[in-house]
Amino acid sequence: MIAALIIVFREVFEAGLIVGIVLAVTRTVPRRNQWIAGGVLTGVLGACVVAVFAGALSNLFAGMGQELFNAFILIVAVVMLTWHNVWMARHGSELAGELRAAGQAVVEGSKSLFALAVVVGVAVLREGSEVVLFLYGVLAGGDSGGGVALGGFVGLLLGAAVCMLTYLGLVSIPTRKLFATTTALIALLAAGMAAQAAAFLEKANWLTAMDNVVWDSSWLLSDSSILGKALHTLIGYTDQPTAMQLTVYIAILAVTFVLMRLYGAPTKTVRPAPAE
Amino acid sequence: MSFSRTLPKLTMFAAMALVSIAAAGAASAQSATEIQLSYKDKKFDPAEVSAPANTPIVIKLKNLDGKAMEFESKTLKVEKVVAGSSDATINVRAQKPGRYEFFDEYNEKVARGALVVK
Repeated sequence: MIAALIIVFREVFEAGLIVGIVLAVTRTVPRRNQWIAGGVLTGVLGACVVAVFAGALSNLFAGMGQELFNAFILIVAVVMLTWHNVWMARHGSELAGELRAAGQAVVEGSKSLFALAVVVGVAVLREGSEVVLFLYGVLAGGDSGGGVALGGFVGLLLGAAVCMLTYLGLVSIPTRKLFATTTALIALLAAGMAAQAAAFLEKANWLTAMDNVVWDSSWLLSDSSILGKALHTLIGYTDQPTAMQLTVYIAILAVTFVLMRLYGAPTKTVRPAPAE
Repeated sequence: MSFSRTLPKLTMFAAMALVSIAAAGAASAQSATEIQLSYKDKKFDPAEVSAPANTPIVIKLKNLDGKAMEFESKTLKVEKVVAGSSDATINVRAQKPGRYEFFDEYNEKVARGALVVK
C-alpha cells in the first residue's frame, strides 16, 4: 500500500504544482474553474488512452515514440505558457484591475484560459499515464488490489494537497506583486519544460549537438529528491544538464522577455493600487 | 516590475557563459555499446551488466511479463515505460566508470539490477 502511495504521489506531485500555479494565475478570471477542471479531465482521459496504447506508442520512430511524444507535448505546453505571458503583458492590467465590465473580462480571459487549460491537461496527461499503467498492472496481477487502490487514492489526495498549498502560498502574495511573481514563475516553468523536452530529444538521439554535461550537482541536490523534483518542475533544475538543455532554457527566457516587450501594452504605467 | 529589469542581465550573462561552454565541450561521436536485458517476474536477467566508459550505451530491454514496467535509473537519468510483452530501446549517454543501479519503478524494492561501467 505504501509503495503504491509513493509511486502515485511521485507522479501526481508535478501535476499538482502546475495546477496550483495555474489556479493562482487565473484567480480573478471568471469561469476559470470550468476551464481548469476541463483541462484536468481531458488530461485524465488522455492518460488512459496513452496507457492503453503505450506499447504501440513506444514502437513508433524506431522505439523512440515515448520520448518524442513527451517532447512534443512539453513543447505544446511551452508554447501555451509563453503565449499566456505575452498575452498577459498586454491585457493583464485590464483583467487584474477589475476596470472592465465582467462580460468583457470573460471574453478576453477565456483566450488565455484556453492556453492554461491545455497546460494543465498536458501536465496531467504526462504524469497520469504512468499512474494508470501502474494501477492497471497491479489490478491485473490480482495481488492485494484493495490496499494498492487505497494507497493510490491517498497518493492522489496528497497530490491535491500539494496543489492546494501551491495555490494558497501564491495567493498570499500581495496582489500588486502577484502578477510579477506569476509572470516570472510561468517563464521559468516554460524554460524548464523546454529543457526537459530537449532532454527527451537527446534520449531519442534526435538532438546530438552540444550533449556534453556542463555540471554535476547531484552531490548537492539530486533532482530525484523531493526538493530537487519540486525545483525540477518549477524552474527546470537538473543535476546534470547538457549544454543543449541550458541553451534551450536561456533561449526560452530570452524569447519570452523579447516578446513581452514587443507586444506588451505600449504605454503601461502601473496604476497605484488602492490602499488595502 | 523587477522581473523585467533583472531578466535581460541574467540572460546576457548566461548566454555568454554558454558560448564558452559550447566552445569548450567537443562532443565526439562514438559507436554505442549494445546491452541485452530481459525482465520477468520482477527480476532482470542478467542482474548485472557491464559496458566500457565514455561511450554511449544502448540497452535493449525485453519485458517478458504480461504487464507494463517502468525501467528507471536515477544515476543514468533514464525513465521509460515498457508495455507488457514488448521490447524497448533505451539510449544512455556516455558514462564515467562506476556502478549505476537501475530498477523497475513499479517494484522498486525487489526488481533491481546494475550497470557497471569500466
